[in-house]
Amino acid sequence: MAVFAFYLFAGLLLTGGVMVISSKNPVHSVLWLIVCFFNAAGLFILLGAEFLAMLLVIVYVGAVAVLFLFVVMMLDIDFATLRRGALKYLPLGLGVAGLIMVEMLLAVGTWEAGTGVAMMPDLGSPPPGMSNTQWIGSQLYTRYLFVFQAAGLLLLVAMLGAIVLTHRRRVGQKKQDIAAQVARTPAGTVRGVAVGSGQGVEL
Amino acid sequence: MIGLSHYLTVSAALFVLGVLGIFLNRKNVIIILMSLELMLLAVNINLVAFSSFLHQVHGQIFAMFVLTVAAGEAAIGLAILVIYFRGRGTIASDQADLLKG
Repeated sequence: MAVFAFYLFAGLLLTGGVMVISSKNPVHSVLWLIVCFFNAAGLFILLGAEFLAMLLVIVYVGAVAVLFLFVVMMLDIDFATLRRGALKYLPLGLGVAGLIMVEMLLAVGTWEAGTGVAMMPDLGSPPPGMSNTQWIGSQLYTRYLFVFQAAGLLLLVAMLGAIVLTHRRRVGQKKQDIAAQVARTPAGTVRGVAVGSGQGVEL
Repeated sequence: MIGLSHYLTVSAALFVLGVLGIFLNRKNVIIILMSLELMLLAVNINLVAFSSFLHQVHGQIFAMFVLTVAAGEAAIGLAILVIYFRGRGTIASDQADLLKG
């Protein structure tokens, strides 16, 4: 059963990957990307990493893929001209990709665990009495605390960067300028006028 | 029996698909960003597979950090894409050559 599930998830994952890069319509590419993420989450569950599988579905499908979909649909892009001449680089791309694939398969085929590293034949499970989430948390919030904080900082910077990059200051728009309001003094705004009898005040 | 090498092979194939996607869609920045996501996903599968077969949790924690970086990269990349489209009216990456000397 686990073998069948592995080949199902792996096959759909690679099919999705092929469709992502070969779809004519980028919206289809995003949808196939979502298929990829779901199947990768399935592989993670087979590996016993349930928390990461859920994280993958929530973060990737729920945020990143929707962001892609949003941008693809928001921008009015002529995709036909973008695809022109794409196949010109297919032989070079296939060559480079084949080279990398062969190299990585050679590395996987000849790789052995170093001395002192115990490779288990079976899949790892959390220590007794712990769930996968507890296991991750017990390390993430102790040993990796500073890295975790740095990751949060990275997300903050990414958020601010995205806002600053896409922010547009529109001309002719009336907006409250709090700094200017606070900096107002009576000297610049109040004028004392001695008004004579029967005369108006010039504004 | 599914061993570590099966997962590593799948992850290698997915990574190569990402590389090939950059070659095939070299004008379309959106698909290039999606190919980058595929490559990061392949790296994550690698990390989680090793974590599982070594009975250690550290690989899963590093996969979480890769996930964080991938999310930030997608946000910034798409923001740059939006302002580039606003200025030029296209996202063809071969026209981004204003700085060419």
